[in-house]
Amino acid sequence: MSASTQANSLHRQRQWALYGSYAALAVFVIIFLVPPFYTIITSLKSSAEISAQDGSPWMVKNPSLENFWYLITYSNFQTYYLNSVMITAVTVVVSMVISVLAAFSLSRMGFWGSGVLSTVVFLTYLVPPSLLFIPLFQIVGSLGLINSVWCLILLYPTLAVPFCTWIMIGYFSSIPKELDEAALIDGANYIQILTKIFIPVAMPGIIAATIFAFTVAWGAFLYPLAYLYTSNQMVLTVGIISDLIRGDVFQWGKIMAACLLASLPPIVIYACLMDYYVAGLTAGATKG
Amino acid sequence: MAEVSVRKVVKEYDGGVQAVKGIDLEIADHEFVVLVGPSGCGKSTTLRMIAGLEEITGGEIWIGGDVVNDVPPRDRDIAMVFQNYALYPHMSVFDNMAFGLKLRKFPKDEIKRRVDEAARILDIGMLLERKPRALSGGQRQRVAMGRAIVRNPKVFLFDEPLSNLDAKLRVQMRTEIKKVHQTVKTTTVYVTHDQIEAMTLADRVVVMNHGIIEQVGTPQELYHNPTSRFVAGFIGSPAMNFLPCRIEEAGGGGLFVQSGSNLRIPIPAARTARYAPHKNKEMVFGIRPEHLVERREVGKAGFEPVELLVDVVEPMGMETMVHFFVDGAPVCARIDPATHAAPEEMLALTADMNQMHIMEKDSGKVV
Repeated sequence: MSASTQANSLHRQRQWALYGSYAALAVFVIIFLVPPFYTIITSLKSSAEISAQDGSPWMVKNPSLENFWYLITYSNFQTYYLNSVMITAVTVVVSMVISVLAAFSLSRMGFWGSGVLSTVVFLTYLVPPSLLFIPLFQIVGSLGLINSVWCLILLYPTLAVPFCTWIMIGYFSSIPKELDEAALIDGANYIQILTKIFIPVAMPGIIAATIFAFTVAWGAFLYPLAYLYTSNQMVLTVGIISDLIRGDVFQWGKIMAACLLASLPPIVIYACLMDYYVAGLTAGATKG
Repeated sequence: MAEVSVRKVVKEYDGGVQAVKGIDLEIADHEFVVLVGPSGCGKSTTLRMIAGLEEITGGEIWIGGDVVNDVPPRDRDIAMVFQNYALYPHMSVFDNMAFGLKLRKFPKDEIKRRVDEAARILDIGMLLERKPRALSGGQRQRVAMGRAIVRNPKVFLFDEPLSNLDAKLRVQMRTEIKKVHQTVKTTTVYVTHDQIEAMTLADRVVVMNHGIIEQVGTPQELYHNPTSRFVAGFIGSPAMNFLPCRIEEAGGGGLFVQSGSNLRIPIPAARTARYAPHKNKEMVFGIRPEHLVERREVGKAGFEPVELLVDVVEPMGMETMVHFFVDGAPVCARIDPATHAAPEEMLALTADMNQMHIMEKDSGKVV
């Protein structure tokens, strides 16, 4: 086979591989983007238009922000939103403080059993939350925290800390040992090494872990469903369905608008920090 | 500035592996000492024990008249330059250099004065605002040195600082390190596996092997008077040639080296008394490639003719390496580039036997 024929054949093979990739990507894009598209379309429709039999469900005849306005001015929805924001913020802060300190000591202090402990931390992440919520109900009940946002503030870090710690162990382990040794010789103590060297250097990992903790707290459904029942303590995930589904009446327009409003903070955070998130997860994956 | 004293220091890891086996070393104030040896010889471990980054299993380390065995690194008043620079990647060059001073709460003016002074010595004044990732390897190593200099410590410790640099830059930085030491005169302990680096930089070289010190001496002492086959082979590039031999008696009270069946070289009269006790024993004859030159000066005392069959010729510009085999043992000669040596031809050489070495076969001790 001549060199030019071989090059042509390689070029053709590459083209087919590209076509195949685009086709597979197109299928995934359709599968993943159709639900959000349908959500947006439905949120812009009035209840009458949604229940109308004529016309395509994929088109909006009279777009309106009426559903959004209703929710924004609806005091229960405001409460759910504020509760979610507060619980998520506290969870993220608590989880990150614990994770960063745990990861630093597990990856750098080199104490007896630190290797085993690192593995155990990760293994706890593998226990499904759905197995834990019944025994946890008893614990939370005995603490008198049923139907209180504080029970979620107490429980969410138990879900977020193991994985965040694992990400941070991976990230901290990728920092050359000589960096802490140089800092030790420069006169830093361990707290200074953590705050002045490790945290700034591992910022992509910290951001990745923060996003994970945020996602855990913002999107959790099972625990609030199990432990909260009054609207003043409720969070968005459960509040939306318990408030906007009355018996067998589904207020689809408002539900979709609420979903979009609830998705806004994660979307903004992911959009701003996506690069850090990917970098952080990659480091954790290869070095952990 | 201070003297450093390592007394009967042992480092044993879990599992009983001894990396350093009870070494003694005295380093004078202002001295530049290089620890050199192959991988795993314990040189870096020794340096790290001096730095306080490794705990000592036994013995004592003294810095400036104080035992520092239990003193943490930050209180030993030392500065260390690492092989991979260990610059803080999120800080500018200025902040990297100022970090230690800031932690020690130096006034801002003093920090600036010291950083500027170090930057002037190292010629990195124009890089102070840059981040380490925007620097070349050589510049990073200069910043790492600057970070050490600003602290004005009692002792500088260098852990293979040039190993990550390319050959040309390594030579340049070697000169700069020497220049810096001539300027600041701080007591320096420098670890390398590169014997040329050791020879060019050191006031004294410490050759280590398998956790012990083989020999301590000035570069010239180690080169001309090695005490063991290991040191003789480690110091010098290309390495010394070693040939199994017997010391045999010639007529008239003289001795000669007999290696294999063909190589028979007279030993200079000045050395006969020294080698006489080893007559008729299995020994090792050592001669450096630079002491095997193309035939000239025969007739001068100790310059003996030798003829060998050329195997490979390696022209290197300023010199030519010619390789031979003597009864299966490789021999190298460093000769004039104008040589007519060609493979498979006999080459007439002169061996400068005044520079020869004889070693015991088993212990490797130079006699």
